[in-house]
Amino acid sequence: MLLAGIKVTIPLTIISFSIAMVIAVVVALVQLANIRGLKQLARFYIWVVRGTPLMVQLFIVFYGLPNLGLVIDPFPCAVVVFSLNEGAYCAETMRAAIQSVPQGQIEAGYCVGMNYLQIMWHIVLPQAFRTAFPPLSNSLIGMVKDTSLAANITVTEMLMTTQRIVAYYYEALVLYCEVALVYLLFCTVLTWVQRWGENRLDITRRKGAQA
Amino acid sequence: MKEILRVENIHKQFEGLEVLKGVSLTVNQGEVVAILGPSGSGKTTLLRCMNFLERADSGCLTMDGETFDLGRITKKELARLRRKTAFVFQNYNLFLNKTALQNVTQGLTVARKMPRAQAEEIGMAMLEKVGLADRAGYYPHQLSGGQQQRVAIARALATDPEVIYFDEPTSALDPELIGEVLGVIQQLAAEGRTMLVVTHEMRFARNVSTHTLFMEGGVVVEEGPTKEVFDHPRQERTKAFLQGQEESRA
Repeated sequence: MLLAGIKVTIPLTIISFSIAMVIAVVVALVQLANIRGLKQLARFYIWVVRGTPLMVQLFIVFYGLPNLGLVIDPFPCAVVVFSLNEGAYCAETMRAAIQSVPQGQIEAGYCVGMNYLQIMWHIVLPQAFRTAFPPLSNSLIGMVKDTSLAANITVTEMLMTTQRIVAYYYEALVLYCEVALVYLLFCTVLTWVQRWGENRLDITRRKGAQA
Repeated sequence: MKEILRVENIHKQFEGLEVLKGVSLTVNQGEVVAILGPSGSGKTTLLRCMNFLERADSGCLTMDGETFDLGRITKKELARLRRKTAFVFQNYNLFLNKTALQNVTQGLTVARKMPRAQAEEIGMAMLEKVGLADRAGYYPHQLSGGQQQRVAIARALATDPEVIYFDEPTSALDPELIGEVLGVIQQLAAEGRTMLVVTHEMRFARNVSTHTLFMEGGVVVEEGPTKEVFDHPRQERTKAFLQGQEESRA
């Protein structure tokens, strides 16, 4: 069970969340940069993904797309759906965080000769990421547990593995409690990582006074 | 004296409200121009239009011999123009995630791709100039308002601009911190830096600027050598404004 967790649940979470972060930053920037057409596309993406259940999205991609001749293996399929789903939520988190960075710094960036992307990369995103870190950690922890939905599209992650063991031994209470504990363990570790990360990112606590 | 900057007939309106109604001015190298006027007179907007923080509706700007049409300037022209200017803001606008030194070197390392060591050498020299070399490793939140504004001035100096714009550089400061910032600007004036300063500090304008421009209602009411404008204002409005400032200080 723990092995299934380490071999499937954790990689599924890490890969999907990494892709989701890239999607989130790009979608957030596209909206803020006010690029015609792309902005509408970004809004549409967020609207659709946030407005439909994750499970339904999994079913459409895994069971639905083969009707169009597009067959994807269970694991990559789960990665695609989780990334797109999480990306939409995180895009909104990032957008709010970017907007919370005092905008005068952008003007100052232009005035010293930087362009939009340089300002975003060196000045705005590092600060936005600090603000977004707690809500993003929230999303990540939520995602660890959402990966159990992948059992429905035959990805043998932790829950599916447990179901198989239960089917064999009929010890539902003990085994499901056990898998719950494993999820709890993963999320506890993430909570520690979050606390450590928040401290590291907090520049107001950083000692800058080296001469 | 060599002409460095000329602005002709800038117009700017915000949603129908005309803020600049055809402003023109000329600046020679080494001049310090004080731009005075009551709030809402358009002086800050003028400065922002000159550095394209606002896009002017029309007008021309000639910098160092090259003329730009303010109404339809291209991104490339804009980048070229901004390499010759620097801007000091009322609220400092330091990069909050960077140390004082990094704030100063950012325009060199990122925008101009200068090697870090060389940029840091320049950065330290500029911090030295504003008296903050010992604060190089501090973050903006660890500095007082006056120190932050001095870092902002060091940042403006780092790229060695032809012209530096100051937008009310002391308006956000506690009274006891104003002196240190004005002192730095005064020192730059003595070194022959070309500067345009929007300010409410009458004494500073009088003592430091070489030229004074008085604006009201989106037009330049009066301009000339500072001594003349202050001692013998020709326009009634200028007289009244200067007198009002005199009284409010008393």
